[in-house]
Amino acid sequence: MTVTLGKALNAALRDAMREDDTVLMFGEDVGALGGVFRVTDGLAAEFGDDRCFDTPLAESGIVGMAVGMAMNGFRPVVEMQFDAFAYPAFEQIASHVAKMRNRTRGAVGLPMVIRVPYAGGIGGVEHHSDSSEAYYAHTPGLKVVTPATVADAYSLLREAVADPDPVVFMEAKKLYWAKDEVALPVTTEPFGTAVVRREGSDATLVAYGPAVPVALEAASAAAAEGRSLEVVDLRTLVPFDDETVAASVRKTGRCVVVAEAAGFAGVSAEIVARVQERCFHSLWAPVLRVTGWDVPYPPPVLEKYHLPGVDRVLDTVDRLQWDDAPDPRFLAGSR
Amino acid sequence: MTTQAEHRMPTATSASAPPADAGLLPSAEPVRFLDDDGGPAPGDAHGRYERPSTELLRRAYDAMVLGRRFDAQATALTKQGRLAVYPSSRGQEAGEIGAVLALRETDWLFPTYRDTMALIARGIDPVEALTLLRGSWHCGYDPMATRTAPQCTPLATHAPHAVGVAHAARRRGEDTVALVLIGDGGTSEGDFHEALNFAAVFHAPVVFLVQNNGYAISVPLSRQTAAPSLAHKGVGYGVRSERVDGNDPLAMLAVLTDAVESARAGGGPVLVEAHTYRVEPHTNADDDARYRDHDEVEAWKRRDPIARLEAHLRSRGELSDDDVAAARSAAEEFATQVRERLSEEATGDPADLFAHVYAEPTPQLREQAGWLAEELAR
Ligand SMILES: Cc1ncc(C[n+]2csc(CCOP(=O)(O)OP(=O)(O)O)c2C)c(N)n1
Ligand SMILES: [Mg+2]
Repeated sequence: MTVTLGKALNAALRDAMREDDTVLMFGEDVGALGGVFRVTDGLAAEFGDDRCFDTPLAESGIVGMAVGMAMNGFRPVVEMQFDAFAYPAFEQIASHVAKMRNRTRGAVGLPMVIRVPYAGGIGGVEHHSDSSEAYYAHTPGLKVVTPATVADAYSLLREAVADPDPVVFMEAKKLYWAKDEVALPVTTEPFGTAVVRREGSDATLVAYGPAVPVALEAASAAAAEGRSLEVVDLRTLVPFDDETVAASVRKTGRCVVVAEAAGFAGVSAEIVARVQERCFHSLWAPVLRVTGWDVPYPPPVLEKYHLPGVDRVLDTVDRLQWDDAPDPRFLAGSR
Repeated sequence: MTTQAEHRMPTATSASAPPADAGLLPSAEPVRFLDDDGGPAPGDAHGRYERPSTELLRRAYDAMVLGRRFDAQATALTKQGRLAVYPSSRGQEAGEIGAVLALRETDWLFPTYRDTMALIARGIDPVEALTLLRGSWHCGYDPMATRTAPQCTPLATHAPHAVGVAHAARRRGEDTVALVLIGDGGTSEGDFHEALNFAAVFHAPVVFLVQNNGYAISVPLSRQTAAPSLAHKGVGYGVRSERVDGNDPLAMLAVLTDAVESARAGGGPVLVEAHTYRVEPHTNADDDARYRDHDEVEAWKRRDPIARLEAHLRSRGELSDDDVAAARSAAEEFATQVRERLSEEATGDPADLFAHVYAEPTPQLREQAGWLAEELAR
């Protein structure tokens, strides 16, 4: 069956709500409208307004109320309408969602999911395209998940709802319309497992979320030029799968991390650090990155210059010291 | 579970326009039963409220005497370095105890850092209750067993939690009420407003008790709001509101009991503003001489809630010298135990750093726990 990623998320919510009466879905426009991306389409009609409902327009209140409901027997899933509109909820997320289990010594867990449509590439105007994953990944106590395939969208969301800990579920907006042949329900690898999406022997591309299709396309193009690239899809940023990433880089000896978010202090920087800690003696070249520039996300007029694309990935792969020459970009005195 | 048919979808317009304030506004003056000396307040200053039962007032008296002694002990222990910090609620006993006595054991309490006295009244072991302020990484008591949330420090952020807990209970058909304690400064935070609004929209059984003690650390109420009172903030959200003399234990018990029972009966949320005063500095680390006059503190001390309740009960022959002595000696005994049990330095097991971040530690946390263990074994 051909399914879009958005439909797979919708099916995951519907199946979770059918199986467990305590699963709730709430947020802004998630009721009659079915969410601005239609991920909650039909849920209010099937489960009623007390299980899938619109709330007042206040993100901190939404997440804060979810905390209370999770404390008292429910498994809330809340939708933040867009990445940048989750920021009002950040205090709730950082100070309570992430810390409740720890500050109650395990007595109060929060089985809740915060769904965040994120990242760009859909021509959104300002404040609609932020890659905000680093804020969450940097906050201990949260799990951070970002599917790149249709099957993962279904399976990881089901796992997120079932998880005893809070999950920030990052949905790459440009992938909502991605299609695949998938028979639902489907179960893929669990949290904390990265997957090799394409095998290769010359270098590893590590990617997640919206960067995964870019990395796969780059690997196809590289193959045409005779270079074999392996592509690792992280799937969950927290917990992180060091083993799969390190095994791939040890095998290929070269690594490029591809991420849409700004590079500085980002998840991509964390990945580079972890790879060099674990794979230093297997590396033939420094680990490089292809990321968004360190600028506020540029709305559509300039976004094509910002988004890491196939060409930039291939150019970066070319700089992996294939001829033992140092990377001119980072030579001392080069800037 | 309920079926869809039993739950109406929300509609765009409300059925009938309510009257201007729909009876939501607080009384013109704070509700009082007692004057400043514990004599009867003039006229009908207590409005529609009835005097709480003598039995309830006697329990309140004992708990307030014990609470104050505990509070003084905690302050003393802080000076001796046994607690990392202690925000005193001396002078706010009517609010601390009134809130707890208005609740059933099955109701939920959402306290702040200032409300350790309320935890004691709730029956939480004092050493558990002081765990956080001793500098531990956790709240010390089991919130599920005690139906008492961890003391909240980020101001007002616990208010939406109370709404969620109360709404969840109501969804299951339980008649649980959640009472959230908040300071005057906390009413300026967005979460206070979002919580009031959510509670009203979802008709959640929540009582918001604002203990207006005049200051947010050094900043006076006049810098928090230009509203006629903090209780006036309810009407804009459709929340019934009341203002009370927070140092009048009769008024506090009467209004809080009424608010809790009205929420329990399905009347929706209630906002109560208690006019009280923080007699001590913000915490042991604060120097209040920099921002307020000694005279102001002394004036408020003359409106002491325990003295007022004591005078009232004595005047009616409902409290004898022996009763007072018994309350004081129980409080003294309690303080002695707290002192003895806190005579040891607080310690912690470093392995606990990693134990409760997630239900199951991540591979990275297991790894880091191992590294710390190795470091400590050297
Ligand atoms: C969000 C947030 N901002 C600042 C602080 C620091 N802070 C702790 S207590 C306090 C004053 C709070 O005053 P109020 O709400 O009136 O409560 P009170 O201390 O008087 O009981 C401040 C500013 C905080 N805890 N949380
Ligand atoms: Mg105050």
